[in-house]
Amino acid sequence: MRENLHRFFRAARGAGVHVSPAESIDAMRAVAQVGFSDRGILRDALLLTLAKSQDEKFALGDCFDLFFSRPEPRQERPEAGNDDSAQEADQSPSSGAASDAGGGQAPEGLGPLAQMLLSQDRNAIAVAIASAAGAASLSDIRYSTQRGIFSSRILNAMGLQRLRDDLDELTATNPSLAERLRNALDALREAVRDTVSQGLALYAREEAENLRNEILRNAPLARIERRQVDEMRALIRQIARRLRERYSKPRKRQRRGHLDVRRTLRRNAAWGGVPFLTAWKRKHRDRPKIVALCDVSGSVAQVSDFFLLLIHSLHEVVDDVRSFAFSSHLIAVSDILETKSPQEAMAEIMSKVGFGSSDYGSALVDFEKEWMSTLTPQTTVIVLGDARSNNLDPRADIVRRISERSKRLVWLNPEGRLAWGFGDSEMPRYATFCSVVRQCATAQQLERAVSDIVATYQ
Amino acid sequence: MADQKASTSIEAVESGLAAQGYIASRQIATAVYLSQQIEKPILVEGPAGVGKTELAKAIAAWRGMKMIRLQCYEGLDEAKALYEWKYAKQLLYTQILKDKLGEVLGGAQTLHAALDQLHDFGDVFFSKEFVEPRPLLQALEQRGGCVLLIDEIDKSDAEFESLLLEILSDFQVTIPELGTVSAIAPPMVILTSNSERDLGDALKRRCLHLHIGFPEQQLEERIVESRVPGISQTLRRQMVGFIHEIRTLDLKKLPSVSETIDWARVLVLLQAAELDTDIVKDTLNVLLKYEADIEAAAPHVTTFIAKAARSNVFG
Repeated sequence: MRENLHRFFRAARGAGVHVSPAESIDAMRAVAQVGFSDRGILRDALLLTLAKSQDEKFALGDCFDLFFSRPEPRQERPEAGNDDSAQEADQSPSSGAASDAGGGQAPEGLGPLAQMLLSQDRNAIAVAIASAAGAASLSDIRYSTQRGIFSSRILNAMGLQRLRDDLDELTATNPSLAERLRNALDALREAVRDTVSQGLALYAREEAENLRNEILRNAPLARIERRQVDEMRALIRQIARRLRERYSKPRKRQRRGHLDVRRTLRRNAAWGGVPFLTAWKRKHRDRPKIVALCDVSGSVAQVSDFFLLLIHSLHEVVDDVRSFAFSSHLIAVSDILETKSPQEAMAEIMSKVGFGSSDYGSALVDFEKEWMSTLTPQTTVIVLGDARSNNLDPRADIVRRISERSKRLVWLNPEGRLAWGFGDSEMPRYATFCSVVRQCATAQQLERAVSDIVATYQ
Repeated sequence: MADQKASTSIEAVESGLAAQGYIASRQIATAVYLSQQIEKPILVEGPAGVGKTELAKAIAAWRGMKMIRLQCYEGLDEAKALYEWKYAKQLLYTQILKDKLGEVLGGAQTLHAALDQLHDFGDVFFSKEFVEPRPLLQALEQRGGCVLLIDEIDKSDAEFESLLLEILSDFQVTIPELGTVSAIAPPMVILTSNSERDLGDALKRRCLHLHIGFPEQQLEERIVESRVPGISQTLRRQMVGFIHEIRTLDLKKLPSVSETIDWARVLVLLQAAELDTDIVKDTLNVLLKYEADIEAAAPHVTTFIAKAARSNVFG
């Protein structure tokens, strides 16, 4: 049973539930208390000790159902089951002997697997499959391509070789019995295939997910298929969460400043300067330190979705971000991003300014007119866009002024470097004024870029 | 057999809580049972008003133990949660003992000897006498054990969470001047959270994780039955059915169990025998806490009542 629990922990890890050794010890202790007899209680106990969130609970619940739907490999046979199978085993050869002439002598010369198959003892077969799966270490299965290998490993462990010999012999001596055996073998193959598929579903999920995420991470954002969009969103949210975990803590500590000695002394003058009440320096932060300009025009529509999502997460990590979105007209979107959920916020922004043909010139004019004054020498400006201005005046002079007023100007471009400067791309002209210009076409590049920005900002 | 004992004691937990008017689902009962057996705190998550705090109260009442409650909020710190030195008392005592102090130190011949005596003196002042125990320390000091409720842990800062870790895993606390204070009897700890903030992994790892959601219809009916005894069966069915319909709407705040109970009390008070459109519309504000929600729910009232009545016939 211990072995079984360990296998379950492995399956749980496959389902994305983080099970540390300490947690598995807790789970074992809990199981030792409640026992295995009541499956519902066992399920509750494992869910309580292993899962750490509601999502994990659902994943683990599914995993549990899948795992314990398999016949358990039973070492000690339960009394009742033994009786049943013994009866069946008694019956089937005799009934076989009644129908098949000459079936009676067949089992003696045959190997154990053939005997088991012919006796049609389903319990015994299930147990044999399970223990062979253990011998073939089915829990090591990782990829769907390994299915064949594991099936044949299991069959071999059950004694397929001997069975083949038996079959050859029987074909010559007892064709009808051979036919029966062949059918039984087909059924066995099927059962093994099911077992392997189930094993794959249980143990391989983690690897498959990692692989898929790795592929997604490096896939160009603009060329993502419809069905992958949701997964990509989830991935970006994961990235955002990682950023938040990595960067949100130091910020909290910074909120309370150093001891303000002067004010403390003044406040405590009445007690002869004994500092009963302390006063702390507060940090004044009314100027935004990150300003993000996001292109949401038609040419980058696919990517801008993800850009917005990331800016949204940026808002969660650092709280003095101000963000803007534009195609030809530029609007402030901080409020929308801060108050709404990512999905709603993106829909609203896209409906307001999205999908137009881009005009960097007029968007920059909008920005200069209203918000240029908010830029300070501490501000980092991030522009997300392909710098394709439809042959309109690019107004690179405004970009120059932005870069002069701010600390850094970072341009993230979803297009490859090769395309810069060709067609209506104004990238080279803008690039002269930027502190950093980066290609930013995949989720991984996006993560690195944003993580750099947040890191230097702190 | 261990298995047998386990399932009967889970039932014992269930009936014990039920005797206190807390109808627990089997999952809750299992959690309580396990937390006693393997001495681990329970972290209870779930929407507001589903009975997270009630659970702690019920356990305390059932096991006849004292309940100590620590309400968390932003800025909660060691001094308010754990212990504090009674500075004023220390100061007062030094003043009073001034003469004594001179006497004691007068006997010392050298500066070194005086310093040594002063050291002993210092230890007197940083002793248990001068510690003001706050909820967490109080919980460790209870002789007969207690139920420690750490309410809305998600409202506190991340630093406070780290402070809890020692208590949660070993039921002890280290006070620098005094050393380690271990629990006399390990308290039963319940932490509640509304998931306003993601809790740290270290904290989660130390707890059993219990999620209490909105109960199923039958369970909720039983809860209403135990909490509002005067309500007729028909009305109970109808109102719980109605609330379950309401919960399918997209509202700012869904009505939870505490609202169900409030509503049941109101309906009993108004002597309603059955749900009808008027009475529901008049009392909808007991159930829904936002004007926008009431407006959103109002057009559905008639159909929901009909649905609830229909399920009543089949149920």
